Amino acid sequence: MGIEFNKETYRGDYTFTNSPTAIKRFPFPFDKDSYMYAVNMEPHTPVREGSVYYNSFDVDEHYVSEMADRAMVLDEDPLRCQSLPHMELAGWDLLELIMAAKAKDYPDLFKLTCDGDKWHWVNKPLGIDETFTFMDASTLPYGPMEYITRQTQGDFCLLDQREENLWMDAGMITTQADWSLDFDIGMNFFEWHAPVPLAHEKGIFIRALKFLLNIQQGAPARRLNWTMTVNPLLDTSPENYHKWGIQKTTLTPENVGSKQYLRVELQSFFRLPRSNGMVFPIRCYLIKLEDLVTYPKWARRFHRVIRDLPVELATYKGFIDNRPMILDYLAQFDDGAETSPGVWPED
Amino acid sequence: MAGAAKISVKVIDVVEVNELVKRFKFERTDGGLMPTFSGGAHTVVEMNDQGTRRLNPYSLMSSPTDRSAYTISVRRDDEGRGGSLYLHNHVKPGMEMTISNPVNLFSLDLRARKHIFFAGGIGITPFLSQIKQLSAANNGHFELHYAVRTASLGSYADELLEHFPNNVDVYHDDKDQQIPLDKLLEGQPLGTHIYVCGPKGMINWILSGARKAGWPEQALHYEEFLAPEPGKAFDVELAVTGKTIHVKEQQSLLEAIEAAGVDAPYLCRGGACGMCETQVIRSEGDFIHNDHWLTDEEHASGEKIMPCVSRFDGKSLVLDR
Repeated sequence: MGIEFNKETYRGDYTFTNSPTAIKRFPFPFDKDSYMYAVNMEPHTPVREGSVYYNSFDVDEHYVSEMADRAMVLDEDPLRCQSLPHMELAGWDLLELIMAAKAKDYPDLFKLTCDGDKWHWVNKPLGIDETFTFMDASTLPYGPMEYITRQTQGDFCLLDQREENLWMDAGMITTQADWSLDFDIGMNFFEWHAPVPLAHEKGIFIRALKFLLNIQQGAPARRLNWTMTVNPLLDTSPENYHKWGIQKTTLTPENVGSKQYLRVELQSFFRLPRSNGMVFPIRCYLIKLEDLVTYPKWARRFHRVIRDLPVELATYKGFIDNRPMILDYLAQFDDGAETSPGVWPED
Repeated sequence: MAGAAKISVKVIDVVEVNELVKRFKFERTDGGLMPTFSGGAHTVVEMNDQGTRRLNPYSLMSSPTDRSAYTISVRRDDEGRGGSLYLHNHVKPGMEMTISNPVNLFSLDLRARKHIFFAGGIGITPFLSQIKQLSAANNGHFELHYAVRTASLGSYADELLEHFPNNVDVYHDDKDQQIPLDKLLEGQPLGTHIYVCGPKGMINWILSGARKAGWPEQALHYEEFLAPEPGKAFDVELAVTGKTIHVKEQQSLLEAIEAAGVDAPYLCRGGACGMCETQVIRSEGDFIHNDHWLTDEEHASGEKIMPCVSRFDGKSLVLDR
């Protein structure tokens, strides 16, 4: 496999960069030239080797730097990781799910050996070699959820299922698109989605919840969501809005191609076996416009999507003020030619 | 393919628990491990009963952490359509069968400070795995109140009393012993949850008693798998696939749809999960709704039906399937 891990930053000097391989496998979220909410779920099963949809938990060139950024966020604000007392069992479910999947999908990077409840975990990229007792949190340096999500890219919502609803009762949230675990903890599915415009009226959340409640063991699902971020920031949290919100005003016609990023979330949904809870990993991928437009199909389509997006959505996604500048930049790559269906750049 | 993922298994043990109940143990045919599950989960067992495909849900009663095998207990229903009779009369050690991945519609509320289980007869089975889960995690603050017809029909009562003498009470109908519900509902610690599994009458009695005593709805949990009831045969038109099917007396509507080669969604096949909900396009006649998924208003509207357990009696029925 041989992934070469980047040494890069998501803050300060922003040295984050995507290699040509990372650009090509970017999860471009638009399969046609327009966008509206939909319950766009599909089974989380392998698609196209090398794509971000191939493994249960994608590991890429950003892994090591992304984990370093998470550690910094947690140092400054420990409340980004919380777990209500009844969620520890779900934490063990998650630890087992991730360790087993990574050891199977990336045998040269991760190794898991289980002898009864004596477990041995090796994480080569992060230099971790741990022996612990499964289901005994005192044998790990952190609780099971925190332990494994400090070693896994993406945010993690750990959900309890009861009363025909899902409850945000634990999570590791450091790479979020402007929502707060500390605010949402303990809320149910409708409560934490309350701020989203238009989708409630369309009945989207009722159908989405029904779908999620029926997700079964061994049959995970996934969907994509997206927004826009200025600078390659993983931590766009409400807690730190005063630090990153103002950066949206630094965009100019000269720097929009290199400073404006499309932010895509690969959200997946797994039933957890012991707790009957669910985990909802939200993996964030960033790409600057300059890199995105290197594929003509993506460039043309993205211009049309941003141009025709309803005002409510552009406002909710936080780029309504910068939309004209972004459109001016993208327009030069849209010659009006037809685009092929589907998300793949070269199909 | 509808339903939860499938597992190919071999029957490795069949044990007669008493004159009505048999226990079946399954291992994977590929020698691998079973998926871990949570207490209260069930599996759907597929049967080929003399040409009729039956899929019946049964609670898993083994320990959720024992991945070597799954165990279920089945009560023989001499009046039923035949699933339990098939298991009792035809399934022998060595046979290969197909079961589903575990699905849980009756899980423990892990926030509970205390769990009170009420079991009637074969309704004991989901509690067996839940008790194993609680005692393994060492946070097992629970009580079990188990009503049985006679001592000899009290499946697993002796083992439970022996292992958990301070947590388990068994009540014998033939000795006129009754669960002292009012007394049990009084003075429970804050954060206690109630779980009921048994005959419909028992579920209603316990839930209404608890509601009357002021228990919050979120603290009440129950599971009742409805076996599809036999009934008069009827014909159905499937609008999407353009087929007309005949539902036989001993067949459920869902089984008849499947027998016609239509891959319709399902999960529990017991009227509980909501997965097979189907839109009615036109109907002239009466619905026989047996599920507890749809609301009373939905039942009255004639716009939806749960084909796993519900039937129809009338001139014509057209479904969006």
